[in-house]
Amino acid sequence: MTVDSNSNSKPNKNYRDILQETVNKKYRRRLLVNRLVTIFTIVCVIAAIVPLVSILLEVVKNGASAISFEFLTQPQGSMGSGTGGIAPAIQGTIIVVGIASLIAAPIGVLAGIYLSEFAKQGIFADLVRFFNDVLTGLPSIVIGIVGYTAIVLSIGSFSVLAGALALSIIMIPIVVRVTEETLKVVPYSLREAGQSLGISKAKITLFIVLPSAKNGILTGIVIAISRIAGETAPLIMTILGTSLFFTGITGPVDALPLRIWRLSSQPYESAHAFGWGSALILILMILALSVGLRLWAQKRSFKAVM
Amino acid sequence: MTALDSKHRRYLSALFVVRNKRHDKLFSGLVVGAAVYTLLMVGLVAFSVAKGSVDIFSYEGVEFFYQSNWNAVEGRESFGAYPYIIGTLLSSAIAMAIGVPISLAIAIFISEIAPPRIGTPLSFITELLAAVPSIIYGLWALFVFRFWVRDLIEQPLYNAFGGYIPFFAKTPFGLDIFTAGIVLAIMIIPIISSICREVMRVVPDSQREAAYSLGATRWETVRMAVFPYVKSGLVGATMLGLGRAVGETILVTMVIGNVIGPSAIPTTLFSQGQTLSSLIANEFNEASSELHLSALIALGAILLALTMGINIAARFLVKKKIKASSGAKSQ
Repeated sequence: MTVDSNSNSKPNKNYRDILQETVNKKYRRRLLVNRLVTIFTIVCVIAAIVPLVSILLEVVKNGASAISFEFLTQPQGSMGSGTGGIAPAIQGTIIVVGIASLIAAPIGVLAGIYLSEFAKQGIFADLVRFFNDVLTGLPSIVIGIVGYTAIVLSIGSFSVLAGALALSIIMIPIVVRVTEETLKVVPYSLREAGQSLGISKAKITLFIVLPSAKNGILTGIVIAISRIAGETAPLIMTILGTSLFFTGITGPVDALPLRIWRLSSQPYESAHAFGWGSALILILMILALSVGLRLWAQKRSFKAVM
Repeated sequence: MTALDSKHRRYLSALFVVRNKRHDKLFSGLVVGAAVYTLLMVGLVAFSVAKGSVDIFSYEGVEFFYQSNWNAVEGRESFGAYPYIIGTLLSSAIAMAIGVPISLAIAIFISEIAPPRIGTPLSFITELLAAVPSIIYGLWALFVFRFWVRDLIEQPLYNAFGGYIPFFAKTPFGLDIFTAGIVLAIMIIPIISSICREVMRVVPDSQREAAYSLGATRWETVRMAVFPYVKSGLVGATMLGLGRAVGETILVTMVIGNVIGPSAIPTTLFSQGQTLSSLIANEFNEASSELHLSALIALGAILLALTMGINIAARFLVKKKIKASSGAKSQ
């Protein structure tokens, strides 16, 4: 203010005032820009939270009214009738994701152990790391094609096996990565302690290094399982989706994400309600998995040595 | 590095045995086997996709890339991927245009501006968003969000510019490339912003302190001291997000409108479209012939090549940054 009034009243002000004025003007602009950027970042944070809140609200609001005992235990009634439930989809998700995890978790952890404990450097290890990164970035629908050509075509039927194979391919690189990263932070002194006692490397790894990193690895596995539990695209061309219960690992089966997709494309209100219900069940399953892990890890807590 | 606890000690005493060569050999065989298995899976992916798409490439040749017919009728088969390549690139471009600035802003807010009291729960929330399955984003987009997009963004844009800019000249419907782009943006924001945050965390505080001591404002510090330090990492994070956007299937399938053939080449921002992945998802179970199936798998092959290129470049950039920083830390 004073600077402004000065400049109006005194035409021949000294250079000090002019300097002061320019500096102030520039400084005010810089502060303004700073403030605008801060406001912009806050707006963006809010903009990112709005969808999350809306998704959770809608899923809970629309899903809760669809859920009943029948919904959880019965196969679907005739199309558009709004009767029956999604039991086969729940069962199918558990079976397919379960088998995929049984394949992927041990292989992923072992390969992670290889990278962290057995081959820190070397061309082969770098190759494994590189291709695991490549595998992580592949679109899930491309991996579905693998399940189709490798298993569906060779046994001649859409099957649980094909779905489990596809999901395991998605899961393995995540587990490998987490295992390697977690084992890397286990202090080297632990391994040295084992070595100094003359214990074999296999046992050092299995009984000393692995238990110290247990929580981290388990968290990674759970994250990977929740990721594949929500996958839809690879299931389209592998397990197909039926309205019947599980018949065998070489037969088609249903899964929650697939059921949600099919329901949402039907023109009936009742189907949409079922879709929301299935979405709520899917979220609850994923949530239960990670909460369960946390409780389990707490109960057998074994404060990580780090 | 505390002392070993009782459980460790028990393990140790139980194992206080002479080094067992045979176990060692067996175990290292196992871990190498697992590593080889992961490579085999990569080989299997490449092999299946290549084998599946051989038919269509021998039938259509390179024309598959730039012609736009999609006709599965027996005897008049003609397949071209051009419209879906365009659709994929356009929807991802929209997603990036919206998603990248917002993700960067969120990363800046969490790592540079917010106190830990706010930043920690916020980063937890973004992690949570990243864990929501895309089918649930899709369901929400189809039944809730597309009406917001249509009424709050598309309709005003159409009213304002639809008359004289052809780009906006189509009555918005809510199920179109633009909606797909926005929903993709919402999906990739948590991914990009959390990697950006990680990358920005490796900038040493001395870098920031130097800028502050010269009188820089917070934004100037971020712009002149933090960004240049991690530029390649930020680009890498963005490209990882792009890889996800290009490959995302089910979410896009639910909102993009799903048209095929020449009309799938978008002429306006509000045109219905189709991406490589959404066409595969839509038609895979209804494929009427071997050739049709092969054409769909070939779309997968294009998608594979596209995402692989993007991801390899991205990993290279992110890794370079993090390696450089961890090297600096250890000194």
